[in-house]
Amino acid sequence: MRKIKEFFIEKLILICGLASIFFVILIFLFLLKEGLAVFKTVLPSNFLFGSKWYPISEPAQLGILPLILGSLLVTIGAAIISIPIGVACAIYIAEVAPAKFKEILKAGIELLAAIPSVVLGFIGMVTLVPWVKAIFKLPTGLTALSGSIMLAFMAMPTIVSIAEDALYSIPKTYKEGALALGATHWQAIWRVMLPAASSGILAAVMLGLGRVIGETMAVMMITGNSAVIPQSILQPVRTLTATIAAEMGEAVVGSEHYFALFTIGIVLFILSFAVNVTADLFLHKKE
Amino acid sequence: MVKKGLLVLALVMFSSSVFAASGKNSIQVKGSDTMVNLAQAWAERYMEENSGNFVAVTGGGSGTGFSSLISGTCDIAIASRNIKEKEVALAKQKGINPFEIKVALDGLAVVVNPKNPVGKLTLERLGGIFSGRITNWKEVGGEDKKIVILSREVNSGTHVYFKEHVLRKNNPNSQEEFASSALMLSSSQAIADEVANNPAAIGYYGMGYISSKQKAVMVAKDVKSEYIAPTTDNVISGKYPISRPLLIYTNGEPKDLVKQFIDFALSKEGQEIVVKTDFVPVK
Repeated sequence: MRKIKEFFIEKLILICGLASIFFVILIFLFLLKEGLAVFKTVLPSNFLFGSKWYPISEPAQLGILPLILGSLLVTIGAAIISIPIGVACAIYIAEVAPAKFKEILKAGIELLAAIPSVVLGFIGMVTLVPWVKAIFKLPTGLTALSGSIMLAFMAMPTIVSIAEDALYSIPKTYKEGALALGATHWQAIWRVMLPAASSGILAAVMLGLGRVIGETMAVMMITGNSAVIPQSILQPVRTLTATIAAEMGEAVVGSEHYFALFTIGIVLFILSFAVNVTADLFLHKKE
Repeated sequence: MVKKGLLVLALVMFSSSVFAASGKNSIQVKGSDTMVNLAQAWAERYMEENSGNFVAVTGGGSGTGFSSLISGTCDIAIASRNIKEKEVALAKQKGINPFEIKVALDGLAVVVNPKNPVGKLTLERLGGIFSGRITNWKEVGGEDKKIVILSREVNSGTHVYFKEHVLRKNNPNSQEEFASSALMLSSSQAIADEVANNPAAIGYYGMGYISSKQKAVMVAKDVKSEYIAPTTDNVISGKYPISRPLLIYTNGEPKDLVKQFIDFALSKEGQEIVVKTDFVPVK
């Protein structure tokens, strides 16, 4: 009896485990099937490197270069803001902060992770956007920079908590050895602990960025969504995600526009897959 | 454990039977964001008077309404633009026959910040501004400031209407597009808010959204014509150049509940609601 039970539970867990892989494959196949159809009417090079996105015109102009660059610009901006702050925060929590304060900080960061992105977007729209406009004397505050700042908030919790784990998992003897050799606390952190944890920290950064590149709601609300090739970070941009979210409702099923949106989905999938695989490589290197 | 399961099962069966029962006397209305408030107001009054019948109204844009009418997920599509030939063809393929009924009129207001000295524009200049040929306010008699163009997303009937009637001036061969630098905002309210805060912004939306925080620009057909303000009277008389019909589409001629609801919308009471929601009645 027990053996049978054991057998069934094992198989059940196996099925659950396989199910997620199965679904990923199904989703990817569906994306491919719907997305590749657009290349019947548009050349892949024109699609990827075309600079005009007018999906509902006759004939439709489907060039997603401005969207790709928009996504990259917002992501790079968010990376520049969130990586130094996030890593510094992780170092502080792992090494410097007193035990009591550490708990408060950790709870605070978890709280930051719990804020829904639409709420962050809304807060950004009413507070950050007017500030950006006033500080940089811009015609509008709906810019890539506003999106980057808001997304940095979203990437931070991931970066901090994984980087902190990485710092924790370094053997204590490293730090003790460094201190015993006469290094100061800061020297031990900077010269010994950070290099030792580097692969974990890089993984943290990558996972944080993976979240940023797939984020939709907040960027749609505060980046202005104009499909131009960005010249500076103080310009409105349109991201891949916002394009899908804003236009999918309207696209008639089976139209060129509909297929193009799925192709954007493939591009997005490849981008975030690449980011996650890189993160994974770094994590495994550590082991 | 088993008991709990049974309870859940019973609940599911009960609720599904309730939904199935209500399915027969409910109408799904979907489409234009411009018309959502109007349709909602109709639905509320209609349900008050015909208790037991249920009308669900959702927005999403005229295009969204058409695609759900075509895929059969709504009974009535509300639209602030005419259905496109492409959409009709697609509907026919799926055995659906779009039937059009005009239920109200709407004037599209072009709005700027109240601090902006520019108060009137010709259609020609509006087209120039929104297609990106005119980029500075001083070119149209304003201050030396870069123009910030605000537009609705492409799923909006307002976007399509504005493009066809202002940018392309009803010329089907025209290739005019919105400037790619135009900011695409997801709702009329977002445009209203941005215009209220930004002295360099210009946007457009249905008359109903005008408030004291925005200034509606007076529009003239060409240099020789009079500049007309977007008011109810000017839309009824046809003087205001950017006005459009608000439409309802059904699958074939309306019947049963759908007909009852549309008759209500076109009744005296229904048209009074049109006036209350800042649109212009057809009757």
